[in-house]
Amino acid sequence: MVDPSEAKGEGSLRKAFGGVLGFFILLLIGTLAFSIRLFSVIKYESVIHEFDPYFNYRVTQFLTKNGIYDFWNWFDDRTWYPLGRVIGGTVYPGLTLTAGSIWWLLNNLNIPLSVETVCVFTAPIFSANAAWATYLLTKAPAHLFEVKGTGAGLTAAVLLAMVILFLLVFLLISDNQNVPSYISRSVAGSYDNEAVAIFALIFTFYLYIKSSDLKNYTQTLNTGSLFYATLNALSYFYMVCSWGGYTFIINLIPMHVLLCIVTGRYSSRLYIAYAPLVVFGTLLASLVPVVGFNAVMTSEHFASFLVFIIIHVVALVYYIKGILSPKMFKVAMTLIVTIGIAVCGAVLAILIALVASSPTKGWSGRSLSLLDPTYASKYIPIIASVSEHQPPTWPSYFMDINVLAFLVPAGIVACFLPLSDASSFVILYITTSVYFSGVMVRLMLVLAPAACIMSGIALSEAFDVFTRSIKFQLPKLFETPPSDVWQLIGDTNNGTQDELAKVDSKIPTEKSETTVKERPSKKNRKKEKEILEKGKEIKEKGKENVEKVSDKRQNAKKLLVLPLEASAVAILLLIILGAFYVVHCVWAAAEAYSAPSIVLTSHSHDGLHVFDDFREAYAWLKHNTDVDDKVASWWDYGYQTTAMANRTVIVDNNTWNNTHIATVGTAMSSPEKPAWEIFNSLDVKYVLVVFGGFVGYPSDDINKFLWMVRIGGGVFPHIREPDYLRDGQYRIDAQATPTMLNCLMYKLSYYRFVETDGKGFDRVRRTEIGKKHFKLTHFEEVFTTHHWMVRIYKLKPPKNMTRGKSKKKINPKTRTKISYQKNRNKNPWQ
Amino acid sequence: MLTFRELEFKMAKSSTSDAQALFRSLRSAYAATPTNLKIIDLYVVYAITTAVIQVVYMGIVGSFPFNSFLAGVLSCVGTAVLAVCLRIQVNKENKEFKDLPPERAFADFVLCNLVLHLVVINFLG
Repeated sequence: MVDPSEAKGEGSLRKAFGGVLGFFILLLIGTLAFSIRLFSVIKYESVIHEFDPYFNYRVTQFLTKNGIYDFWNWFDDRTWYPLGRVIGGTVYPGLTLTAGSIWWLLNNLNIPLSVETVCVFTAPIFSANAAWATYLLTKAPAHLFEVKGTGAGLTAAVLLAMVILFLLVFLLISDNQNVPSYISRSVAGSYDNEAVAIFALIFTFYLYIKSSDLKNYTQTLNTGSLFYATLNALSYFYMVCSWGGYTFIINLIPMHVLLCIVTGRYSSRLYIAYAPLVVFGTLLASLVPVVGFNAVMTSEHFASFLVFIIIHVVALVYYIKGILSPKMFKVAMTLIVTIGIAVCGAVLAILIALVASSPTKGWSGRSLSLLDPTYASKYIPIIASVSEHQPPTWPSYFMDINVLAFLVPAGIVACFLPLSDASSFVILYITTSVYFSGVMVRLMLVLAPAACIMSGIALSEAFDVFTRSIKFQLPKLFETPPSDVWQLIGDTNNGTQDELAKVDSKIPTEKSETTVKERPSKKNRKKEKEILEKGKEIKEKGKENVEKVSDKRQNAKKLLVLPLEASAVAILLLIILGAFYVVHCVWAAAEAYSAPSIVLTSHSHDGLHVFDDFREAYAWLKHNTDVDDKVASWWDYGYQTTAMANRTVIVDNNTWNNTHIATVGTAMSSPEKPAWEIFNSLDVKYVLVVFGGFVGYPSDDINKFLWMVRIGGGVFPHIREPDYLRDGQYRIDAQATPTMLNCLMYKLSYYRFVETDGKGFDRVRRTEIGKKHFKLTHFEEVFTTHHWMVRIYKLKPPKNMTRGKSKKKINPKTRTKISYQKNRNKNPWQ
Repeated sequence: MLTFRELEFKMAKSSTSDAQALFRSLRSAYAATPTNLKIIDLYVVYAITTAVIQVVYMGIVGSFPFNSFLAGVLSCVGTAVLAVCLRIQVNKENKEFKDLPPERAFADFVLCNLVLHLVVINFLG
């Protein structure tokens, strides 16, 4: 029999050891998270990727150079010429302020890192933070914290079990930073909002759980619920600053509160966790200029206000229930119900009138396209055209979350036994994120942490069962007396140290009977009975530990005892599964998600080819044009042009003005003269076109051309999409329509293309082009990059008017032709 | 047999007498609460009244500048909510918070009010 104080001492030593081990494991996880994202830096160089990060980089540069007041009031006149853009009021400042403050801090410590380096490495640092936040968030629903058990002569086995338990759960939670979908948006160089936003999301959820879960399973007092509620609000503020996806938080948390109320789990802790969050959150969200008054006026926030009112009503009802007698309470209820229905009806009527008056029912375009997946394709072609906004395919789920895909359902089941506030929250989180990730592939990012949490819970439960089986069976090999065995079982069933210290010999037999009743579905009933019989013997001997029947975890943990070999093999298999998952993630990170789209590589028989055409073109622009020259291109390249070439652009990736983009689209789809006139009216000097036909780069402007036609045609009806299609098919070869062969995009892409191989074979479309030999009348080519990927043209100045107009004889036949053409849909540019 | 009208009259009468009984029992039950809780309740009532006055004023003079209106109303509502949280935590009948010393609850209340008013003053414009 173990001396209780000795047991306590050993337990605390084990606890301390576990704590240190846990800390080192977390450190390792952080390092792993950071390093797995460095493939792009190793394979290519430390460069900012894609398109959006260039804008963020430019804004950060401005912030570090000019300080925060100028940044807050910045009106940018180098984009969306001639409209300009209010950057201070339309950007989510969280990311730039974070990177800016990191840069400022490092520079003040005399570590002279450049802004670009800080920007490139912000994402991996915050992914490490996100992994730690996920660990914190998973602790609550997984009921994982304390060392369990202090079994006497089996210190080694217990230690091993505990170590395995901790190790594997932590490693599984570290899956978060391994998940390919999260890696894709947070590699070194992907300097985008999601890099910090996901960390803010997880951290906000963690603080919400912590402020609503008063009964933390530690013995130390965690009573700072209001304190954590305020911290929660501040973390929510950071999320609002960082990403437009903050509406997910402000709708998920009210949904969870509503769920708790409806399932009868209302408690005052819930009120303390939720009510201050709503007030603080609304105030703080209104502080961010992008959100402003939208925080109280758009439908995205109405859910939080509604649940705010509901929770007050429920709180009041509970309070009255507490102070009144039941009979009086019934009277009160009828009174309240009658008054309440009347008031509710009035408020609802007002609300519906307000909401129905706006055409989108108060929701913003982006939210509507998430709620109704077909909305964007019908009404907002720009949102529909972005490839990130398409629904994902089934294989992309397996590519992105791999093994977790079938561990998630196991985790959901594990969360139901027992169901606490925290686990119901995680279940809600995963269901909503699965739906949203199915609508838009970009939102797989939000699914990633949820999937990791669920699979972490599932695997930890699995390992729990297996290690306990091993622990149970191990002493049999060493032939220890049954009393110790029973003690072991008793130990694993107890939750806290204090209970173990209480050695109570008086165990009523009813308790064991109730334990039998409260474990409804057991696999090995027979073994249970054996154990209980043994227990009865031991009880008679008077050596017993207290079993707290009320301990919820006891109900959950069935004493499943699997054979020793089976559990050992199972643990081995699970470890191998984890290894496969890690291998897949590393491969995905290295091969699929590390490419900065600004530099392309290809492997051929004579080594590695690097295509650095984009930067070549932007550098040419920077060095060979005037500072005030305007460059027109499709909106994809706007951010990169302003950031790298430092020239004014007409449209960029912000896509806030559809008409302006439609103007550029119309120009690209028109013949040369009307296009020249459109561009001339916008003061454009240079036109930039991306062409992939020479090297086989598939994301070039010819492939995007139909979107230009659609968007242009949405605003200017003389551009009709069928004009560019032959029999409904989009072609650029000899069978293409004359409208297609004459439009500006075709001409600018394929000008002199026939000189490369004599036949004009387009490697992307895999045909020869239709019109091979033609001259440009209104544009002149000024630069084409090494692999013909970017082509820059200059607008020719208008012809000089000569004195004394030369009269041309007008043929009467052409005159009628002209008047016939005038009766068609008038081209406003002619 | 009672006619429909008589039945209605009887129901109305019983409901009013029920309401009176309800109010009496509510008042007597409320009188039993300790004084410190009653002070907090008074503070909550004061804050809500101030918020209502602000809304009425906005109804009269219009909502420009909107941020000032929002800041004012939300500061009243916010401090009322925080006071209710304090009341919940300090109430001795609440089993969940019996281990929480009331000083800690009050310190939380003060701290959160500080943060709230900092944000409000920033937003006031």
